[in-house]
Amino acid sequence: MTQETTPVTDSAEPLVSIKDLEIGFQTGNGFVQAVKGVSFDIFPGETVAIVGESGSGKSTTATGIIDLLPSNGRITGGQVMFGGKDLTKASKQEIVRVRGREIGYVPQDPMSNLNPVWSVGFQVREAVLANNMAKNKKDADRRAIEVLQEAGLADAERRMKQFPHQFSGGMRQRVLIGIGLAADPKLLIADEPTSALDVTVQRVILDHLESLTREKNTALLLITHDLGLAAERASKVIVMYQGKIVEAGPSLELLQNPQHPYTKRLIAAAPSLASQRLKSSRVVAEAPQGDEIDLAAASAHRHEVVEQADHAGTPAIEVKDLTKVFSIRRGSFRSEPFTAVDKVNFQVPRGTTMALVGESGSGKSTVAKMVLGLETATEGEILIGGKDATALNREEMLAHRRRMQPVFQDPYGSLDPMRSIGSIIQEPLDVHKIGGRKERENRVNEVIDEVALPRTVLSRYPNELSGGQRQRIAIARALALKPDVVILDEAVSALDVLVQAQILQLLADLQEELGLTYLFITHDLAVVRVVADDVAVMERGKIVEHGKVEDIFTNAQTEYTQKLLDAIPGANIPLGA
Amino acid sequence: MPKPEHFVAPFDENEMAEVDKVKLNEKPSNLWSDAWRSLRRRPLFYISLATVLVILLMALFPTLFTSVSPTDNCQLANSNGGPTEGHPMGFTRQGCDVYARVVWGARTSLAVGLLATAISGVVGVIMGALAGFYGGWVDSVLSRLGDIFFSIPYILAAVVVMSVLADYRSVWTLAFAIGGFAWASLARILRSEILRVKSGDFVMASIATGRTRFSTLVSHVLPNSITPVIVYLTLSLGGAIVAEATLSFLGVGLPTTVMSWGNDISAAQTSLRTAPMTLIWPSIFLTVTVLAFITLGELVRDALDPKARARG
Amino acid sequence: MLMYVVRRLLQAVPVVIGTTFLIYFMVFAMPGDPILAMFGDKTPNQATYDALAAQYHLDQPFLVQYGLYMKDLFSGNLGTTFSGQSVGEVLARTFPVTLKLAAMAIALEFSLAVILGLFAGLRKGKLFDNVTLVIGLVMLSVPIFVLGFLAQYFVAIKWGWASPTVGSDTSIANMWLPAVVLALSLFTTSMRLMRGTVIDTRSRDFVRTAYAKGLPGRRVIPVHVLRNSLIPVVTNSAANFGVLMVGATVTEGIFNVPGVGNTLYQAIIRGEGPTVVSFVTVMVLAYVVINILVDLLYAVLDPRIRYA
Repeated sequence: MTQETTPVTDSAEPLVSIKDLEIGFQTGNGFVQAVKGVSFDIFPGETVAIVGESGSGKSTTATGIIDLLPSNGRITGGQVMFGGKDLTKASKQEIVRVRGREIGYVPQDPMSNLNPVWSVGFQVREAVLANNMAKNKKDADRRAIEVLQEAGLADAERRMKQFPHQFSGGMRQRVLIGIGLAADPKLLIADEPTSALDVTVQRVILDHLESLTREKNTALLLITHDLGLAAERASKVIVMYQGKIVEAGPSLELLQNPQHPYTKRLIAAAPSLASQRLKSSRVVAEAPQGDEIDLAAASAHRHEVVEQADHAGTPAIEVKDLTKVFSIRRGSFRSEPFTAVDKVNFQVPRGTTMALVGESGSGKSTVAKMVLGLETATEGEILIGGKDATALNREEMLAHRRRMQPVFQDPYGSLDPMRSIGSIIQEPLDVHKIGGRKERENRVNEVIDEVALPRTVLSRYPNELSGGQRQRIAIARALALKPDVVILDEAVSALDVLVQAQILQLLADLQEELGLTYLFITHDLAVVRVVADDVAVMERGKIVEHGKVEDIFTNAQTEYTQKLLDAIPGANIPLGA
Repeated sequence: MPKPEHFVAPFDENEMAEVDKVKLNEKPSNLWSDAWRSLRRRPLFYISLATVLVILLMALFPTLFTSVSPTDNCQLANSNGGPTEGHPMGFTRQGCDVYARVVWGARTSLAVGLLATAISGVVGVIMGALAGFYGGWVDSVLSRLGDIFFSIPYILAAVVVMSVLADYRSVWTLAFAIGGFAWASLARILRSEILRVKSGDFVMASIATGRTRFSTLVSHVLPNSITPVIVYLTLSLGGAIVAEATLSFLGVGLPTTVMSWGNDISAAQTSLRTAPMTLIWPSIFLTVTVLAFITLGELVRDALDPKARARG
Repeated sequence: MLMYVVRRLLQAVPVVIGTTFLIYFMVFAMPGDPILAMFGDKTPNQATYDALAAQYHLDQPFLVQYGLYMKDLFSGNLGTTFSGQSVGEVLARTFPVTLKLAAMAIALEFSLAVILGLFAGLRKGKLFDNVTLVIGLVMLSVPIFVLGFLAQYFVAIKWGWASPTVGSDTSIANMWLPAVVLALSLFTTSMRLMRGTVIDTRSRDFVRTAYAKGLPGRRVIPVHVLRNSLIPVVTNSAANFGVLMVGATVTEGIFNVPGVGNTLYQAIIRGEGPTVVSFVTVMVLAYVVINILVDLLYAVLDPRIRYA
């Protein structure tokens, strides 16, 4: 489209202009509108982020731009203007021509987005050839190696012949970024490009993506659930809620001066941003209003409580020189020992929360499993309330389990889908033969009240509840036996920010009410800041740093901890007020 | 590039929902009730179910369907005769009424099919469940045992068994010969399903509450792994009926004195050129019965596969 | 890959021992005189009886019997048939015919399953999908001997498109009807599996990524959808070979194809127990070998196995 009468400079003309975009899905329960009239512009070289919770329509908007919707999805209205053409009305061939060459795409999950049966080189070369970036196969090979080198794969030439399963998650994401940028597109759509990766890897990949797009002056549309990350990486942030844009603007301004109540809610609930507010030493004592959960206020309050906790008595959990050696299969016949947990020591005083933090493979979950008696320790002692839990007979084990209950990460996997909610919560009571039928029913009613769910859900099945509600059920089940200790293994990691904040609040309330001791296993340091009293950082099976949360956050002693802290997205964005 | 303006949607435009509000449908839903609901919508389900019921009725009360005796009053004068009044499907080579024989034959075919399926079901579920759930040496031993049985196609195994047991051929020996060798595939299917299910956190949660491993297997893991077993058993019921017919056809199935579709088809093959219908009628009954069972299996598979339903 | 091959071969050892032992056990651990039992209502003459007693070492304890039998098996001494021919010689004559018939049937079955399954999957819920489903289920329900007889009666006898019996002319032109019957009896399971896998693969993330690269559908479908969907179909074909062996026995019998299956068929029909046992043993061993070959093919198709 050329406007001859009013010549405009290149930069004033938006690269992509989306107007009143509407997208819906045909589902078992009829047609569901997922995107309801979304409009925004992306200018050349600009980085725009769309932020929202799951179900907000952010990914649907992104995939809708280049018609990558699942087969039951359909654009029902609006326009996507790109290079003078409306992409929603473009023919199949026209869209194919735009994809890759004009608009690149980097997907979310590096594990599932490369075809396992083709070599990495084949898949990169495919992208190069599809977009006429090479004349022949040899030329394509050279270009493919170049693409992988640009994406940060050092030994690209050797790696070309390897298959995706021989790459780590971070490496695969680099390959996918390489593929997305292979044809030097004008716009790159990155849909949660690093959500599946460890924080430190996440940071490196995002830095690299940023420098690549800046170098090539590629515009970037970043889809993320993380407000901190969006603000840190994008110049413009768009907040979506239930298929609509509720607020949009320059990222810093939006973060420091949010106008819409939903944006305010999100910012208040984001642990990474909340930690920053705590540092301002504001003592907020106001009670949470309605649904607005202010993590900063809540955690400040809890820290006061902990100050008064009795640190002198027998610790609820004490772990001494705990070690776990697995035997790992190498090839077909050999196996070699692998030390997953290496002489770990820590104590958790009664009524407090200790967080065990580490990246994947650090051994933190193995520690949790050993404490729970789900995995036997190779060496070392686990004392629960002063009693050794490593050498128990069956009866003692049963008694031990009654005092300590777990809540696991995956809200979709931790409840038996064939059981009703009531029978799930009642199961521990049945196993331990506590009380009669009536007493058990009463106890189930009590705990369902404690986790603030209506009693009507008791006759329902897990598939009818949301992730956050399922996690409440898991907590209710854990509480049924009135345990002293609850082990929370990544218990909030799979939840959306607002729901996460709600569950964290619930856990804090329950701790105060019932005097619970928590062992909180997580990869997310930002969450640690608002929930834990003590923290131990694990790296490759060892505890590398251990101390009070405030001390570690303000004055980390090891480089590794500092690296983890620096990687929290948005942690160093100065918030006003 | 112009500085982006700060856009704020009108507050009332989007009603702010309560965070994570519990929304329940009127009807409770779970895997089984959902599957039932989707089955009820398919006409094919009623057709195959009705067919199965008719065949069952035929097997239990053959006199409801025919008053003609399938064995008495056979007159060689009628040998391979065409349909006449009261004998809609004509006569066999021995001059017996084809329709009566087909009706009475249902009992044997169904009995062998059900028994053989029950035997392979019980053995397969036990082997697959223990191998998948306990892993380690239990898995190694049971899986190798399964490999051995898997490596002998069950009809060939039954051929050997029935050849050796020539003097003891009956519905029971035939059912054991088929079922005793047909369990290995089921054990494999269940084993891999159990491996998938047992990695779920709810299994760990159950053990953490203090349940024993065996109790966890029975009360949580098996109920969640049972759908492919049900589908497989429905399909293999059809397979077992075909196996009976095939073995009878080969002359190593039931004694020729027993009425069964397989025996009748086998007996009719010598008259294929002169009276093809004496072969085709029992074949039709056999095929329709098997078809009804495997169609039910396919429909149940569809209904129980939540992925297939979600994609619409 | 080498390690995988070695491991797979080692795994076959207990299977070979186990299957032969099981067959041997079924025959010789039954109560009564095993040789008489194998003849059913017939009685062998003394010379045959003695020859069999010597062949199966019946004067030795059971485990020794089995050991000696295995030794014979692996030194190529497979025993003699009822009519006094050596099993080895009969095999040498009949095996190539069966191999040819099986190859024709498998080629046809695989093409049918892959092509129909692919299009049924791509057109899920449409007319084509439903029609192939119905045809497939009917083919799965008709016992192979019924299918064989019907084909023989209609195609060969009534319409005269093929010869009703194959006899000594084992050319492709003369064997096409039994091959088609075999293929039709086999293709449904593979076709349904192919269809299901295509539906599943099509919704995979890597397929969306392939489209996002700018590849047109005519490249994504064969390179990313079809290629990946072949893996489970190939793996499943191992189980299909078991059905094929039984099917070949029946079909060769009906069409009088001079192959291994027909020899077994005649032996079963005539109640020649020892021949039945010898040929079943040979078929089971062949099945074990085929299973190994299929697993190796699986490794070729799936790099996750190849470079494990």
